[in-house]
Amino acid sequence: MLSLLNPVRTHPQVPAPVAALTSTAEMEMDDCAIETRALSVSYGDFRAVHDIQLRVQRQKITAFIGPSGCGKSTVLRVFNRMNDLIPTARVEGEVLLGGQNIYAPEVDAVEVRRRVGMVFQKPNPFPKSIYENVAWGARINGYQGNMDELVERTLRHAALWDEVKDKLQQSALALSGGQQQRLCIARAIAIEPEIVLMDEPASALDPIATLRIEELMRALAQEYTIIVVTHNMQQAARVSDYTAFFMVDDQRSGYLVEQGPTREIFTNPKDRRTEDYITGRFG
Amino acid sequence: MTTSRFDPQTPRRHRLGRVWSALFLGAILIAILALGALLYDIIDGAFGLVAIENRVDPASLAIEGVPLEDLSKEQLTAILAQHISAGLLRRLEHDQPFEERDRASVYALVMERVVEPKIVKTWSLTASLTQRAAIEAEVAEKYPQAQLEFRAWINPTFIQTPQSSKPEIAGVRTAILGSLWTIALTLIVAFPVGVGAAIYLEEYASDTALNRVIQTNINNLAGVPSIIYGMLGLAIFVRGLEPFTSGTLLGVADPTTANGRTVLSAGLTLALLILPLIIINAQEAIKAVPASLREASYGLGATRWQTIWYHVLPNALPGILTGTILAISRAIGETAPLVVVGASAFVALDPSGPFSKFTTLPIQIYQWTTRPQDQYRNLAAAASLMLLVLLLSLNAAAILLRNRYSKK
Repeated sequence: MLSLLNPVRTHPQVPAPVAALTSTAEMEMDDCAIETRALSVSYGDFRAVHDIQLRVQRQKITAFIGPSGCGKSTVLRVFNRMNDLIPTARVEGEVLLGGQNIYAPEVDAVEVRRRVGMVFQKPNPFPKSIYENVAWGARINGYQGNMDELVERTLRHAALWDEVKDKLQQSALALSGGQQQRLCIARAIAIEPEIVLMDEPASALDPIATLRIEELMRALAQEYTIIVVTHNMQQAARVSDYTAFFMVDDQRSGYLVEQGPTREIFTNPKDRRTEDYITGRFG
Repeated sequence: MTTSRFDPQTPRRHRLGRVWSALFLGAILIAILALGALLYDIIDGAFGLVAIENRVDPASLAIEGVPLEDLSKEQLTAILAQHISAGLLRRLEHDQPFEERDRASVYALVMERVVEPKIVKTWSLTASLTQRAAIEAEVAEKYPQAQLEFRAWINPTFIQTPQSSKPEIAGVRTAILGSLWTIALTLIVAFPVGVGAAIYLEEYASDTALNRVIQTNINNLAGVPSIIYGMLGLAIFVRGLEPFTSGTLLGVADPTTANGRTVLSAGLTLALLILPLIIINAQEAIKAVPASLREASYGLGATRWQTIWYHVLPNALPGILTGTILAISRAIGETAPLVVVGASAFVALDPSGPFSKFTTLPIQIYQWTTRPQDQYRNLAAAASLMLLVLLLSLNAAAILLRNRYSKK
């Protein structure tokens, strides 16, 4: 496996951005989990984002940053075809997941969503037991193994096991906001997706709960490719390996300005607009 | 001194608020008054004094000082044999031999055939309580033979006995059973069809012109007068589908006498009537399921059906059941369409299945209120009370069911 040969991957524990690939040349011989080609998304007549060329590195955390309305979340939702649920949404261009265009006519959106999990802005556990929240996704996807074992392993993985092991049959809605969100992360990774999408996963949480989510993301990045949308610059700098910066043009349509290793984007952005945004000159 | 350009007038604004709140309180009071008047009217008629004249004085039937009500079955049988014609006695014997009858039924026969109590006049509860002396005087003057007694028109016998042409012994058993059969058939048809249609419209149908037309029509159908549904039921179920609704198609009824005026036709007609209500309420309940829950489900690779079955429906169920409760309440009180579909005015036999002739409580009440005699007004009041009780108990059952499902 390519990942084992890559020395960068061995120390992602550190909360600060890992000293990652620094040159564009290295980026090109990268290990890409998902990429977009000439991606545009429209809602009816409104073109939400246009011409996005984006590469997301495997087993890294990629942060999407940018001002409100720039289409970060729209692009994120393209990756697991969540936009299919909006009747007027239309996607053009290609989104390649492991070399396969997930918008090809023969691809089943249900299958895509099993491979690309999602965590939402507001914690949205099912109004069922903690156990059932984790087990349900596995069950409907035809999981054959021992369910108790899967639930325990997943909850340990999500650093939630010690807090909930005595109340697995209690309602998930009784947990705190931060715990609910970690349960949602556990629910997402229970079906072993290749990519986990996180849409501002900590924006509804207090700083301590946020910190725990970030720690969890770092830990999960050893196994999963994570894409996170965030409005919080510090969070993007703290947690991500790569950053993609989006902007919005005069027609209120979003586009990708720059992408690269987080350290580069934050310390030495190539584009003036990125620098202005990061330093707080606008946005 | 600086003069403000604002004149807050807070006392005046508070006063205005108090005027409005008083008006709203008035609205509530009017509603309570109306409800109170209704209940008073029903209860006033369902209880009260009655003057009863017996053809034969029960005291004269006493044997050796033992009053009629304490006599043994054999003694009662002897009294019966003594007072009625031999032909009638043979017929009764033929219906069920006296050896097999219990004492209570023989006593009932004696009361019905020999004593023949007849209510000659009735008074309302209010009159009974406030003008007792005047009533007693009136009875003594006009009906010297009659006895005055207090009668609760709604009593266990009233509920247990079938319809009768004699108001003294008429009951509502057939009507209650008819109502229950009709409602059961209505629900069996309308609930699955209504919820199914709501699921389709909310979850599957795309926003096309045709679907919008369907939606508008369903909304309008909820407001169509019920008599029109009666006409529809008459045309389709009673006449058009007669072989099916009469039971002859399934071979359970005699084709020479059976017709389509059955419980089944009534149930299907009422199902049509409440279908729009159930659909609209179920749609609202499904719409109210938060989008975040659907997203969570889809995000885990659930199919549309899995999302509906495991998340949308369980969360919408309390709302769907609330809508169904409202729909049942409406259906159980419907009279007009059932008159058109052919509820029988007089049915003394319990409905035994979907292909029986039937009557329902509202029909029964309607029939009784159209009779000129006082006694029937009291019967109608008692039956109204019964209808309210039936409605409340069905609603209570549905609410209990709903609360069980909405518990998390």
